[in-house]
Amino acid sequence: MKRILSMALAATMLTTPAMAATVKIGFVTTLTTGAAVIGKDMENAVNLAMDHLDGMAGDTKLEVVFGDDQFAPEAGKQVTDKLVKQDDVDVVAGYIWSHVLLASRKSVLDAGKILISANAGPSQIAGKLCSENFFSTSWQNDQTPMAMGEVLNQQGVKSLYIMAPNYAAGKNMVAGVERTFQGEVKGKDLTKWGADAQLDFSAELAKAKASGAEGIFVFYPGAAAGAFIKQYHQAGLKDTMPLYSVFTVDALSLPRLQAADFESVVGSRVTQQWDPSLDNAANKKFVDDFKAKYGGYPSFYAAQSYDAIMLIASAVEAVGGDMSDQDAFRAAIKAADFDSVRGDFAFGTNNMPVQNFYLREVVADADGNWTTKVVATVYENHVDSYAAECSMN
Amino acid sequence: MDLSLLVIQMLNGLQLGLLLFLVASGLTLVFGILDFVNLAHGALYMLGAFFCATLTFALGNFLLAVFVSIPIMAAVGWVLERVLARPLYARDHLDHVLGTFGAILVIDTLVHLIWGPEGIQVPLPDYLEGQVPLWGDVVVPTFRLLIIGAGLGAAGLLFWLVNYTRLGMLIRAGASNRTMVSALGINIEMLFALVFALGAALAGLAGMLIAPITEASIGMGNNIIITAFVVIIVGGIGSMKGAFIAALLIGLIDTLGRSFLDDIFKFAMSTEAAETSAPAVSAMLIYIIMAAVLAFRPQGLFPPKVR
Amino acid sequence: MTRKTWITLAAMVALAVLPPVFYWTGNAFYLDLATRLTILAIAAVSLNLILGYGGLISFGHAAYLGLGAYAVGIPAYHWLYDGIGDWATNGFVHIGLAVAITSTFALITGAICLRTRGVYFIMITMAFAQMIYYLIVSIETYGGDDGLVIDTRSEFPGLNLDKPLQLFGLAYVSLVVVMLLVNMIVNSRFGMVLQAAKGNNERTVTLGFNTYIFQLVAYVISGAIAGYAGALLGNFTTFISPEMMDWRTSGELMFMVILGGTATILGPVLGSAAFILLEEILVDSLTWVEHLLDGILGMKIELSNYWHLPFGLLLIIIVLYVRGGLMGLINRKED
Repeated sequence: MKRILSMALAATMLTTPAMAATVKIGFVTTLTTGAAVIGKDMENAVNLAMDHLDGMAGDTKLEVVFGDDQFAPEAGKQVTDKLVKQDDVDVVAGYIWSHVLLASRKSVLDAGKILISANAGPSQIAGKLCSENFFSTSWQNDQTPMAMGEVLNQQGVKSLYIMAPNYAAGKNMVAGVERTFQGEVKGKDLTKWGADAQLDFSAELAKAKASGAEGIFVFYPGAAAGAFIKQYHQAGLKDTMPLYSVFTVDALSLPRLQAADFESVVGSRVTQQWDPSLDNAANKKFVDDFKAKYGGYPSFYAAQSYDAIMLIASAVEAVGGDMSDQDAFRAAIKAADFDSVRGDFAFGTNNMPVQNFYLREVVADADGNWTTKVVATVYENHVDSYAAECSMN
Repeated sequence: MDLSLLVIQMLNGLQLGLLLFLVASGLTLVFGILDFVNLAHGALYMLGAFFCATLTFALGNFLLAVFVSIPIMAAVGWVLERVLARPLYARDHLDHVLGTFGAILVIDTLVHLIWGPEGIQVPLPDYLEGQVPLWGDVVVPTFRLLIIGAGLGAAGLLFWLVNYTRLGMLIRAGASNRTMVSALGINIEMLFALVFALGAALAGLAGMLIAPITEASIGMGNNIIITAFVVIIVGGIGSMKGAFIAALLIGLIDTLGRSFLDDIFKFAMSTEAAETSAPAVSAMLIYIIMAAVLAFRPQGLFPPKVR
Repeated sequence: MTRKTWITLAAMVALAVLPPVFYWTGNAFYLDLATRLTILAIAAVSLNLILGYGGLISFGHAAYLGLGAYAVGIPAYHWLYDGIGDWATNGFVHIGLAVAITSTFALITGAICLRTRGVYFIMITMAFAQMIYYLIVSIETYGGDDGLVIDTRSEFPGLNLDKPLQLFGLAYVSLVVVMLLVNMIVNSRFGMVLQAAKGNNERTVTLGFNTYIFQLVAYVISGAIAGYAGALLGNFTTFISPEMMDWRTSGELMFMVILGGTATILGPVLGSAAFILLEEILVDSLTWVEHLLDGILGMKIELSNYWHLPFGLLLIIIVLYVRGGLMGLINRKED
């Protein structure tokens, strides 16, 4: 037993960085706890991207090492340290959670490596804490709810009740919708998040109902989404207080909501920078192959992770696998010369994507499975609100 | 503040309190009689939710699934007692804590292996999905009323069991004086196993009742176990009456704090400060109460008479 | 010297020698691991003083660790963003603050907690820790729930904590000093009274000792040492979040002490080492088995995400079959 263990240790230690022909990508996501459902989807997308690439970027072999953040900033930072120091990865990507990204950011950047967020987009990192070595294939947190605020204005919603978890991204989401929504905010609840996140919203829903708001805006990613929508349904608010959500109704929650027969979610509207129905070749290939391989629609988390790997591969190919010239590699990343599943893709001055935001509606597809389709374009080539605060201007 | 909102929030608090009571009653029984600290009690709550979720899909009916899951949970409790608890009775509390912490890790990971990382949504029959107008503006989801009913029913049953049956008599005797019960020639091993199974069934029932509201998910038990400990400490370890009163108290305080604290804070501070500090302070409330109770009554509110 | 002393010495020498060797051979991550376990070992040793020797089971020790870390992070934050003087990055200021805050907190809460006994004591210490946890969560300035990034480490003359080896060195020396200190305390008259009160409080009181005061002093010393460990931890992680002080972390510290062996000097160190290294070893060996199976059977079977399973089983086996934790294993062979 002892020998096997020491052999195992030796095996992991012996994977030396000396083999220049391989570029290693560290990918941090949540693989344990209930939030692993998101992490699993991202992992699937990364593996699909590697399949599509045949594991190669030009003549250079790519290798992905996954790290589990256990849904906690400290553990996320620890695993990032391990990827940077022990596995000696060339690029670190991933990160679902804003607070995990904020905690881990320094470990990657101090080591002089490139960091690519495939989901989290806290305001600090787009503004004050922006860095030439940090890139995002997702969005800045405020953008999606800002788009939703515009939609609410267009639909003539006069008053709103807001609910979100009490952490970095939740606060950004609230700030985003408040920035563009012109009606009255009747009330707001920030609920406990993290390892013992609050999932019973009885008190908050009762308050929302009593407030008499014309609509309710929520942000509840991952497992909390199902819980919220159910209770919204059970409280009978569908007709009096329509649901407007961001990052809540997605390809992860819809199959489970469908299994439990929550019809009230069909027809509900969400904003997003991507949709499985977007009409471009890269997206079609991604969505079709994802469905064939994993038996369900990819989520936006998956789309962004797929893009992250494709982006890295395009840059590695551009520099011919030579990671020693970091300026060249960074420039190749910034050029974003790859086929994004969201169509046109370009980085702004603060290395956040400049992109469209769409209004999507929950519908049943040809097979009867619930998914989303694009209804309208809310923003074209939208630049986030913090870009001006970034010193790289 | 309007009255009907207050009434609704009181009902919500009552519902939370009753769920807490279901978890805490088993915990206080096991702790009071068996003198066993069971951190894994929350894992039983989670298992109840998962069994019930799977059976709801298999049998096609939630209520039927609950009735089938309860004896299953009792059996799980029985097994856990045999395998883990019994060898540890003679040890000190620290060993109980470490052993049952290990059990939490094992059970959580097994659930992850069997059911996957995502939680399970539990569908309810249509007649439970609606709302019931009680009076005026007071409209509550039917299922929450069912939880209140089931909670009160279980509490009543437990009250009868403890106060009017032979088993209850032994349990009461055990809570105040363990050696005496074994001296009476009672099969103490059997009594202990029964108590453990009863506690597991109650915790499992709580998990089954919450699953259609939130969902069955990994780690759900670890969130409630600490609150349940707070309940039994405030109530006095081993006291069923104490657990009942403390559970309702904590359920109400938690719910009312979440509902009204930010409005109250807004009188004293800026809106923004109130919005961020109110959730934290309302989460802190139950601990403040526990510390206050213990500072003045170091044995809890209703300590069993003889220890 | 007894076998136990030999083992203690050997373990401490190994802890001093191995991490730098790993570092020099290009395995910087293992030095990090060693630094983390050394710092947590200091906290575990401090907890053992009250838990093991005093019989006072504190379920709130993570609060001291967290407060100590914030004592580094908060001055550093104001130094960076509000431009307060350079004293705010001085390591002696940080440690002074950490020790002062944690010992005051220990004094106030200890005075209340020590009125209770047994399980009630466990729970009331946890209650106070949870209050601190939620207090920090509610302070938006310092990141609330998201935690606070520490942008600059404590500055000591002649010592650069940005250098991993020097940080490890400081942690290691601190651990040795704390172990000697605790050893001295428990063998003093003070320590004898503390241990006597654990065995039989009433008798010790009858003998004319005010055990309440003895226990309170021990509680404060233990809190202050944990606060110091927290200051080191803040310097190590350069990030603090309230999560570092919630009841799970307190529980883990407790498990480290119990796993290693209560009321022993080396036990808490072994316990924290086992706790931290086991995770790495299990994850790494399961990943290795994954690769092996992938190679032989050509299928990917996920194992490493389930490392908690063998870990939990090991804890159960140790509790069931090894009395007195890991130190119990060592002692048993001595008989």
